[in-house]
Amino acid sequence: MNATSTVKVPLHAVAHARAGDKGNRLNVCLMPYDARAYEALAQQLTPERVQAAYAHRGATAVKRYDLPLLPAFNFVIDNVLEGGVNGSLNLDGHGKSNAFILLGLWVDLPPELVKALGT
Amino acid sequence: MATVFRVGNASGFSGDRVDAAGPVVDTLIELGGPSALFFETLAERTVALAQLEKRKNPDRGYEPMLERLLEPILLKCLRHGITLIGNFGAANPPAAARVIARLAKRLGESHVRIAVVTGDDVQDLNLNEHTVYEADAGLDMAAGELIAANAYLSAQPIVQALKAGAQVVVTGRTGDPSLALAPLMYHFGWSMDDWQQLAVGATAGHLLECGAQITGGYFEDPGYKDVPDPANVGFPIAEVHADGRLFITKALRTGGLVTPETVKEQLLYEIHDPSHYITPDVVLDLTGVSVEQVGVDRVQIQGMHGKPAPSTVKVTACFDGGWLGEGEISYAGPNCVARARRAAEVLRQRVAQRKLPVSLRIDLIGLASVHDGDAGTLWQSSTAQPQDVRVRLAASSVLQDDAEQAAREVLALYCCGPAGGGGVRWRTTQRIRTQSYLIDPGLLQVGYTLRTAQAWAA
Repeated sequence: MNATSTVKVPLHAVAHARAGDKGNRLNVCLMPYDARAYEALAQQLTPERVQAAYAHRGATAVKRYDLPLLPAFNFVIDNVLEGGVNGSLNLDGHGKSNAFILLGLWVDLPPELVKALGT
Repeated sequence: MATVFRVGNASGFSGDRVDAAGPVVDTLIELGGPSALFFETLAERTVALAQLEKRKNPDRGYEPMLERLLEPILLKCLRHGITLIGNFGAANPPAAARVIARLAKRLGESHVRIAVVTGDDVQDLNLNEHTVYEADAGLDMAAGELIAANAYLSAQPIVQALKAGAQVVVTGRTGDPSLALAPLMYHFGWSMDDWQQLAVGATAGHLLECGAQITGGYFEDPGYKDVPDPANVGFPIAEVHADGRLFITKALRTGGLVTPETVKEQLLYEIHDPSHYITPDVVLDLTGVSVEQVGVDRVQIQGMHGKPAPSTVKVTACFDGGWLGEGEISYAGPNCVARARRAAEVLRQRVAQRKLPVSLRIDLIGLASVHDGDAGTLWQSSTAQPQDVRVRLAASSVLQDDAEQAAREVLALYCCGPAGGGGVRWRTTQRIRTQSYLIDPGLLQVGYTLRTAQAWAA
């Protein structure tokens, strides 16, 4: 994708997400509202970039599973819940609010797609 | 055998809305045909909290809202042949059966057949001999007393109870999707190694097990994802066809919505590797799944694939995990952020000065809290100037007294802290830690006890 042909938008404007926990591991599934954004998001939402977004929480690894038919991504983020719900001192020990950390990232999308998405 | 079977859900966790079942039952009756309704009320640690209740009173330890959940719908379900299934037995399924039996008798249905599934409680097994599957970070096995150990049972004992004529099935720990899969296996006569059919039923169960999370609950993001009438969100119904087609819909004349977006969020909820989602009955491969809106509040799900069930059974053991102390105080109006920051400093100093053996975290709610790490890097760097800030202290310890003393430091800010602090709340909570094992299913003695309400209540 040519950088000059894109505009910067919040991920929250073009995708929705939900988080779930298992021990000290979080999964965040992410779905673009418009399937045409899937490829661009696949290029930009690398595991490294997602891990950086959760670095202040201690994330040690991120694995991304791709589900192009839905389309959706499933990010599995390790050691990000301060020990998990049983040991965490965080108010949200389950990390249920943490999908919105991912949605706080910014992405570059072609303007015609952004317009189509109503942003 | 009817070619369509409907499974409704009326609870996604212990704590869910107690009046969810009514519209689901009314819808199942209105649509006609065979159906079942299930309640999922048993999260991983809920069973340990229930065990602690049972220790205090041997007649307790089941879902505390049980009567409130069932009373409005029990008669209707019995009269219309809607099978009721729930893991609301928690740590004490026989006690739950007695409660249901007394309720049924009071409603004039003393012949209702109630089954209790047995065999999930494995506290007597020596778990140290078995493979550890998952454990809380830093869990020292010697440190905490065992509170509960439960195996995730499959759909099998429920199916057997249904074959024997059960109208109500009470379980303790069972795989959540198994609660919905069981009546489908019974109705359609699916065999326990028909992986493709089981995949359809287990996917239905997975989609339904969190209740409204697939019908617009836990979904709304105003302006982006709007949900009609969320105060009356309808609970879900899976419509399963003999040929394996699966549709998700919801109770009629309720709020909420069923769209590809709501279904996708739930499909991947708490999933790690989507090609290998393990349930006790079948391993699901969801990588080929697609969803399509085929009507109002009606979505078709296809492409799930079933692989053989695991050869081992997962057991989750819960241990005493020490104590959590929490205290909160609010600062508002001019310079409130500075006063809250000062309170946080004072709390840290007090806990250190008193050498309280606790792990400590402080949040400034209003600047940053749930998204922050234990070090508080987000609130420390925040430049926000909110109308009010709530300081929260959290302290964990082995002994209750240490957590309590740390929490009481927040209380003491009333007279000793910065100006204008108000609204202190503090408490201590016992913590539970968990560790999972994989065991040989041959070690379990799984079965069921079927009796009439008259006999259970005796």
